Amino acid sequence: MAADSYEDIAVDKGEVIPALEVPPQDLYHAKSFWTRWIFCQDAKIIGIQYSITAISIGLVALVLSWLMRLQLGFPQLVPFLGAAEYYQFVTMHGMIMVIYLLTALFLGGFGNYLIPLMVGARDMVFPYVNMVSYWVYLLAVLVLVASFFVPGGPTGAGWTLYPPQAITSGTPGGDGLGIVLMLISLSIFVVGFTMGGLNYVITVLQARTRGMTLMRLPLTVWGIFTATVLALFAFPALIVSCIMMTLDNLLGTSFFMPALVEFGEQSEYSGGSPILFQHLFWFFGHPEVYIVALPAFGIVSDLISIHARKNIFGYRMMVWAIVIIGALSFIVWAHHMYVAGMNPWFGYFFATTTLIIAVPTALKVYNWVITLWKANINLTIPMLFALAFIVTFVNGGITGLFLGNVIVDVPLSDTYFVVAHFHMVMGIAPVLVVFGAIYHWFPLITGRFLHEGMGKIHFWISFLGSYAIYFPMHYLGFVGVPRRYFEMYDSEYMAVSTNYLNQFITIVALIVGFTQILFLYNIITSAKFGKKAGKNPWKACSLEWRTPEVPAGHGNFGKELPVVYRWAYDFNVPGAKEDFIPQDIAPDQIPEAKAEAT
Amino acid sequence: MEESTTPVQITVPPNEGMVKDWASDQKAFKGVPWGKAMMWIFLVSDTFVFSIFLISYMTVRFSAKSEWPNPSEVFGLHIGDYNVPLLLIAIMTFILITSSGTMALAVKYGYEKNRKMCAILMLATAIFGASFVGMQAFEWTKLIMEGVRPWANPFGAPQFGSIFFMVTGFHGTHVTIGVIFLFIMARKAWRGDFDTGRRGFFTSQKSHYEAVEIMGLYWHFVDLVWVFIFAFFYLW
Repeated sequence: MAADSYEDIAVDKGEVIPALEVPPQDLYHAKSFWTRWIFCQDAKIIGIQYSITAISIGLVALVLSWLMRLQLGFPQLVPFLGAAEYYQFVTMHGMIMVIYLLTALFLGGFGNYLIPLMVGARDMVFPYVNMVSYWVYLLAVLVLVASFFVPGGPTGAGWTLYPPQAITSGTPGGDGLGIVLMLISLSIFVVGFTMGGLNYVITVLQARTRGMTLMRLPLTVWGIFTATVLALFAFPALIVSCIMMTLDNLLGTSFFMPALVEFGEQSEYSGGSPILFQHLFWFFGHPEVYIVALPAFGIVSDLISIHARKNIFGYRMMVWAIVIIGALSFIVWAHHMYVAGMNPWFGYFFATTTLIIAVPTALKVYNWVITLWKANINLTIPMLFALAFIVTFVNGGITGLFLGNVIVDVPLSDTYFVVAHFHMVMGIAPVLVVFGAIYHWFPLITGRFLHEGMGKIHFWISFLGSYAIYFPMHYLGFVGVPRRYFEMYDSEYMAVSTNYLNQFITIVALIVGFTQILFLYNIITSAKFGKKAGKNPWKACSLEWRTPEVPAGHGNFGKELPVVYRWAYDFNVPGAKEDFIPQDIAPDQIPEAKAEAT
Repeated sequence: MEESTTPVQITVPPNEGMVKDWASDQKAFKGVPWGKAMMWIFLVSDTFVFSIFLISYMTVRFSAKSEWPNPSEVFGLHIGDYNVPLLLIAIMTFILITSSGTMALAVKYGYEKNRKMCAILMLATAIFGASFVGMQAFEWTKLIMEGVRPWANPFGAPQFGSIFFMVTGFHGTHVTIGVIFLFIMARKAWRGDFDTGRRGFFTSQKSHYEAVEIMGLYWHFVDLVWVFIFAFFYLW
């Protein structure tokens, strides 16, 4: 890398220490058990609370997916499962996985734990608001769980909740409390998230330590930061459409509901616009994809760089790609609505913007691969997951190019091809990063490694298994198997082979699902009995490993906040004794290192 | 955690242009306190909320099957024999915009550390805001007495009632929250919390007069939103 283009990022001479602009933070010092561990204002504890809640509710969604797979592969094994239950499981699985698990885990979990540590702050800027954010999120989860226990059960409208069917009586949960609780839970989630999200954004923008310029932030912070900004601007569409649909349901307004006949009776509704809901939903829904993906992009960049002992290729490009993807994600929403009856010219516009997103995304993939080129790749478990992410993401991304084109999307719409696409690109790929990140930062949180043998088993089964699940689904989609069908019956146009494939997928899905129990077992036992990790086991450069004690104590850093002299990727600097130089090491402490030569 | 012992010199560096400031360390917006930055970003997010409400209103107005009611008839007040269109709403708008003026003055006196004037002006703002909400309640009552409901109304398209109650209700909620916080802030200013650095009841954080400005940002935003609601609901 040419030295001059990176001089302001990579290293400064350390002659001038910038004056302190951020006043020292006035932290709340917890005195009792309750304020220390339960109603805690420390972002690290809040991050762990978020993570545990998100993973717990995610396990519910995992079990729902097993039941759905059993119904598709071996319906005779689950005779208690009717069409209504199936749709309820589809809906709750999707909603929980996308919003209550991935969004909350990446932003609430990793964001809370890592942002203050990585930017060199003592805590989030508003610890009290941050604490409230978690409890509001927990309330949203509880309301969601409550909908399982109301008469009629949870809503079965599909995770997109399209009206009119979402609130008509033929849909499971549509005329009872199911859909109402879903909408209320989502609204609460948005309120809670906004409180947390403002914290993350302002901490990154206004509370960095001395020397930590925006262009020296680790890419993890960039990913989480940009995703949070997206969330702050996209969730308003969700909360507004939830409010309007709640009113349609409870007060009988007609925002989304056209005149329709329900069970032979003319309903009271008239003149609403169901397409309006779809526009609002996807104005939230598409940025939501990137709210899940961008933190994964950021984290995986750091994992690759650290475990390949090489600086990330094209740091600036990576940052701008994240920002551009985030901006573009607001003008592609209607590619989810090609078959909704829009004006075809509208589809043309959205197809174009959708395909443009492939440019910054491909740029990121190239940069990850070039970072690996001629690097000293350590096949640690985080690295394995990072590599798996790259291939999975490329796979899901390429099927995205198919679906982004109107003319290819129309025949593939509502088939298993779509299911395969979005599970690959925003299900499996981010979850692989979540796993990698947990293996990577577990020593930071607990001071111990996760068990490596169990980790390898977990990795290989999860990785190969997810391919065995989703590759055949592309084929199922091509031969025309529709998604969201409770049962295929003896449809003549469907080949018999699709049945066998469905059985195969179900078996693999159950195996992969049960492997996650091994992972949980690993987390629980390793937290207590795992191998001691020491202070900086991966030899990373970023600030989260540079606290006086690991795991970091209250206030994160010692008396003085660290001063940052370089970017987070000074690996294998020529002349340096060790193969990494942490961000807070001044150049005059290691005069022999030639940082400008990297 | 031990507190730092070295003396801290907090300096606000000179504004060197947006690009340099953004590219520098510590703060992207130089000299902007955390709370103020947070309020700005919250307001952008809230702008999205109200924009989406208004866009939904336009869409629903087009998709409605029956005639849209004529606002100057529906929102008119009968005074003697005359039907004065938009009378109430003109008064409401005037009051809300006046309250923006008192709020701006409160911010000015706050930064001059004139706690009494600051508190009195915030109290005045709160009273203006409360009277706005009161008049809105009067308008709602009048419409409800005339038979307007969220699901139907005697003047035409049923969506008229639904979107009107929803959006003005949402805005009214914002004003109400603002009024409550204005009362709290006025009390804090009067008591001198911003001078003595008394800690907040919930957050246990010290607050300063910049809190008045943050309050002001919110209040001006609520006013600005009202201008759009006024234009789209009463003049269109």
